[in-house]
Amino acid sequence: MKAAVLVFPGSNREGDVAQAIELITGRKPQMVWHGAGDFDKADLIVLPGGFSYGDYLRCGAMAAQSPVMAEVKRRAAQGVPVLAICNGFQIAAEAGLVPGVLMRNENLKFICGDVHLKVETSQSLFTNRYQAGQVIKVPVAHAEGNYFADEDTLKRLEDRGQVAFRYCAPDGTVDGSGNPNGSIRNIAGVYNETKTVLGLMPHPENAIEPIFGGTDGKALFEGLVEALS
Amino acid sequence: MTIAKEKNPPVKLPNEPTITPAIVAEHGLSPDEYQRVLTIMGREPTMVELGIFSAMWSEHCSYKSSKVWLKKLPTEAPWVIQGPGENAGVIDIGDGQAAIFKMESHNHPSYIEPYQGAATGVGGILRDVFTMGARPIANLNALRFGDPAHPKTRHLVSGVVAGIGGYGNCMGIPTVGGETNFHAAYNGNILVNAMTVGIAPTDRIFYAAAAGLGNPMVYVGSKTGRDGIHGATMSSTEFNEDSESKRPTVQVGDPFVEKLLLEACLELMATDAIVAIQDMGAAGLTSSSFEMAAKGGLGLEMALDKVPMREEGMNPYELMLSESQERMLMVLKPGREEEARKIFEKWELDFAVIGHLTDTERMVLSWHGDIVANIPIPPLVTSAPMYERPWKLTKLPAVLDAAKVPAPTDWKASLLKLMGCPDLASKAWIWHQYDHLIMGNTAIRPQDGDAALVRVPGTYKGLAITSDCTPRYVQAHPETGGRQAVAEAWRNITATGAEPLAITDNMNFGNPQKPEIMGQFAGAVMGMAEACKVLNFPVVSGNVSLYNETEGKPILPTPTIGAVGVINDLSKAVGSRLIQAGISLVLVGETKGWLGQSLYLREMFGREEGAPPPVDLEVERHNGDFVRDQIDRGRIVACHDLSDGGLLVALAEMCIAGGVGAEITLPATGIPSHAFLYGEDQARYLVASPRADKILNTAAKRGVPAVVLGNTGGAALTVKGVLSVALSDIKAVHEAWLPDYMNRTE
Repeated sequence: MKAAVLVFPGSNREGDVAQAIELITGRKPQMVWHGAGDFDKADLIVLPGGFSYGDYLRCGAMAAQSPVMAEVKRRAAQGVPVLAICNGFQIAAEAGLVPGVLMRNENLKFICGDVHLKVETSQSLFTNRYQAGQVIKVPVAHAEGNYFADEDTLKRLEDRGQVAFRYCAPDGTVDGSGNPNGSIRNIAGVYNETKTVLGLMPHPENAIEPIFGGTDGKALFEGLVEALS
Repeated sequence: MTIAKEKNPPVKLPNEPTITPAIVAEHGLSPDEYQRVLTIMGREPTMVELGIFSAMWSEHCSYKSSKVWLKKLPTEAPWVIQGPGENAGVIDIGDGQAAIFKMESHNHPSYIEPYQGAATGVGGILRDVFTMGARPIANLNALRFGDPAHPKTRHLVSGVVAGIGGYGNCMGIPTVGGETNFHAAYNGNILVNAMTVGIAPTDRIFYAAAAGLGNPMVYVGSKTGRDGIHGATMSSTEFNEDSESKRPTVQVGDPFVEKLLLEACLELMATDAIVAIQDMGAAGLTSSSFEMAAKGGLGLEMALDKVPMREEGMNPYELMLSESQERMLMVLKPGREEEARKIFEKWELDFAVIGHLTDTERMVLSWHGDIVANIPIPPLVTSAPMYERPWKLTKLPAVLDAAKVPAPTDWKASLLKLMGCPDLASKAWIWHQYDHLIMGNTAIRPQDGDAALVRVPGTYKGLAITSDCTPRYVQAHPETGGRQAVAEAWRNITATGAEPLAITDNMNFGNPQKPEIMGQFAGAVMGMAEACKVLNFPVVSGNVSLYNETEGKPILPTPTIGAVGVINDLSKAVGSRLIQAGISLVLVGETKGWLGQSLYLREMFGREEGAPPPVDLEVERHNGDFVRDQIDRGRIVACHDLSDGGLLVALAEMCIAGGVGAEITLPATGIPSHAFLYGEDQARYLVASPRADKILNTAAKRGVPAVVLGNTGGAALTVKGVLSVALSDIKAVHEAWLPDYMNRTE
C-alpha cells in the first residue's frame, strides 16, 4: 500500500500517522506539502491531525481551500480512499468530502484521553479487520469534535450505514457516559456515500503499540493494507 | 582586542526626554547602578541606551542577586555536554543522541493575564530548547496557586490551564507531567514553571556564540509589535495593587507561528548555514543580540529600521525592548542568506538581514542611517551589578514528637479527607486538557507513575521526566527542603526504573533584598548542592524568579526541580498502578513516623509545624540504587515513592490508579499507627512484586530495610485492625474535588 500523508502549515500529527503506517506496512508514506498542486499516485490519502492554519477562522476551513485539496477531491471522486483524522476530519467536512460539521466540544474544553468506540460495521475498507459491534479503545485529542448534522442527513447516514464509529461505554453501551464531546448520536466517525472516505475524530494512529496506548487502532491500518495491496 | 572608541555618538530622537532621576527609577535602575551606566558610557545615555541597560541589568536577565549562590551548584558529570549559561542544558543519552532541557518561570505575566502569561511561558521554553537544534518531545508544568477559597484562584487555574493547553496542543508537543499545588502564600503571586525536553544528535547542537567578522545577523519569525515592553523589568519587582495595570507588559502568543518557526528552524538546521542562533525571550532583541555578541567576543551593527514591524510608528526604543513572541536571531555563514530566506518564506515567516558582526566589541544601532545607540558590550555584560545581598538562614524548627499528634478519630474519614484535599486530589481535570499522547511515544501517562516516561523517537529507549518541590518543607527549613526537592526528583525517576541523569532548577523566591528571603535562597541552594553532589545529579540549566511578593507578602520558597533520566529498554520500566492481584507489597526504606510538616498534620489539624523530614542522602542513594536494580531484574511490577501523605496515601494512589485493592498489616514497630501510615520519612518506596522473597534476600545482603506489608487484591484498601475502605469511595473523593471546584459558580 502506497500512502500519501498531506501536510498543512500547523499539521502536527502527520508524524504519528506516518509512524503507524511505516510500522504496519514497512514503508514510509509520501509526505505531501499543502502547496503542491499534484502528487505521486497513492493507494491511500491521509489528512492528518493538527491545527492547520492555527485553527484560525474555523477549524479546517482554510486548509479545505488549499491548492492540494482540489487534487484530493478529484482523486476521492475517482474512488481513492481518504482517511481523515481529527483536524483532517474537520478539513474533510469543510471540503464536503464527508457530511456534517464539527463544533466546539460541549464542555468548551480541549479533551485528551482514551475513549471507547463501537465499530458500526465491518463492511468497509477501513473496518474489515474489526467485527461489527466490537468495542475498541483509542485516544481522542481535540477541542472541536462535537459532530453535528441535521435530521435528514442523520437519517440518510443511518439508513445507508455511513456511521463508522460511535462513542460508547467500555461495555459497548451507547449513551452519554461514553460521549466525550457532545456529538449527536455519539457519532465519532462517518463515511461518505461510497464508504471510501472515512472522517473520524479519534486517533487510531496512536493505538498501535502495546506500551504506548494499546493496539486497538492497528486493525484499521491492517485492514487498509489488506484491501489496498 | 581593545574596545574601539566611540566614533559616532548617537543622535537624540525627536521628542526624546532628558533623563531625570525619575526616568532612571522607572527603568528599575538604582542611583548607584545609573552611576555605573555613566561610567561605562562616559556620557549621558540616550533613551534607547537607558532602556537597554535597564533590561540587561534587570534581576531577570542579570541574575544579580542570585549569581553568587548559583555558582555553588554542581554542574558537571561525564554525561553533561552543556551546563548552565546556554539556552538550555544538554546531556548525552547515548547512541549519539542528546537530551536538551530547561524549566522556566512565567509567574508575574500569568498572574496578570493567566491565559497569555501561561501560553507564552510554554512558547518561551519551547524556543529555548529548539534554538539549540532539538525537536521538543515533552512538556511539563509545575503550577502553584493560592488558596482555593481565594476569589481569584478559580479564574487563574482556568486561564493558566487553558493557556498551557492552547499553546502546547497546537505545537503538537505532548504535555506529559507536572504538579499542581494550592497554598494561601500564592494568593497574590502564582507560580507557572514550564519545562521542555527535546532530542538532538550530539553532533548537531546549536549555540548562541556569534562568530565570523562580517557575517550577517538575521531576524526570523513574527514581526515585532509593542507587546511585552519592559516585561523583564516588570518581572523583577514586587507586585502591588497597580500590577493589574501592567497587563500591556504581558506578551501575546501565537502557537501556530511558533509551530511554523520550529519546523523552519529545524529545516535550516539540517543544513550547515547557521553559525549561531538565539531565541528572543525576555528583553527581546536586546538580550539576544548582546548575548550573542558578548559570547563571541565581537561587536554588532544593526539597522533597526530593517526589523519587521507589526505596526507603523514604532521607534528604536520599542523595537529593542519589545517581547513579541515567536522570534529568533541568527548568525548565518556568508552567502547563505538566500537559501535560508527560501525556507522561511516557504513557512510564511518573516526573514530579514538586520545587521552584521564587527570587531569593535560595540553594539551600534542605527535608525534610518542615524546612530541611536552605541554601547561597549563587554562592560555592560561584565560590569553588570552583582550583589552579595545580606542573608539570614532559617533556623531548623524543633522536631515535632509524633506521639503528640493525635491519631484520627475516624480512620476512613482521614484517608478520604487527604485523598480529596486540593494538593492530593486528582489533577485529571487539568491534564485531560493537555494533549499528552501526541507523537505516540507516551509510555507512562500522567498519574500512572512517579515520572512521565516518553520514548526517544526511533529507539526503544525512554526518558523519565518529573518535576518536584515540597514548598512547605523549604519554608520550614530551606536546606532540608532544597535537599528534599532534589532527592524526590531523583526518587521519582528511579521509581520508573530509569537512571537519573541531571536536573534543571527553577528558583522561585520573594524579595532578595530582605535578608530572610535571601537566607531562604542561600539555604535552598546549599541543600540542593549537597543533594546534587551525593546523587551525582548535576544542574544543567535553570531560571531564577525573585520578587514573588505581593504587598510585602512572600510566596513559600519554591525551588522547583525538573529532572531527566534514561532507561535503555522501555519494556523494563514500571509505573505505579496496581493491576495484578495476589502479589506482595514490599516497603523499602526505614519508617520512623515523621509527622512534622506532614500533609496529615496540615489537612487534619490545620497545623504547619515542626521540622521537615530529614533527608539522608547516602541512604537515598543506597535505597534508590537498590530499587532501580530490582526493577531492572524484573522483580518489580509497580513502584511508587512515598512522599506527601506517606505510606497510606501512596498505597491508595496505587490501588485506584490500577483498580486493584490491597490488604496490609502494620509491622510491629512501636510507632503509632497514624505516624507509620501518614509519616513522611524520606528515601522510601512501596513496590509490588511477585518475587518478594528475592527482593528481601537481596535487600538483606545489601543492608536495605525492606519488609513485606501484605498483598494486592480485592476491591478495597485494608489495613488490618485499622481501616478498610472501598476503592470506589477513595476514587470518588479523589476525582471529585477539582472538577467540582472548577464547575462551582459562586
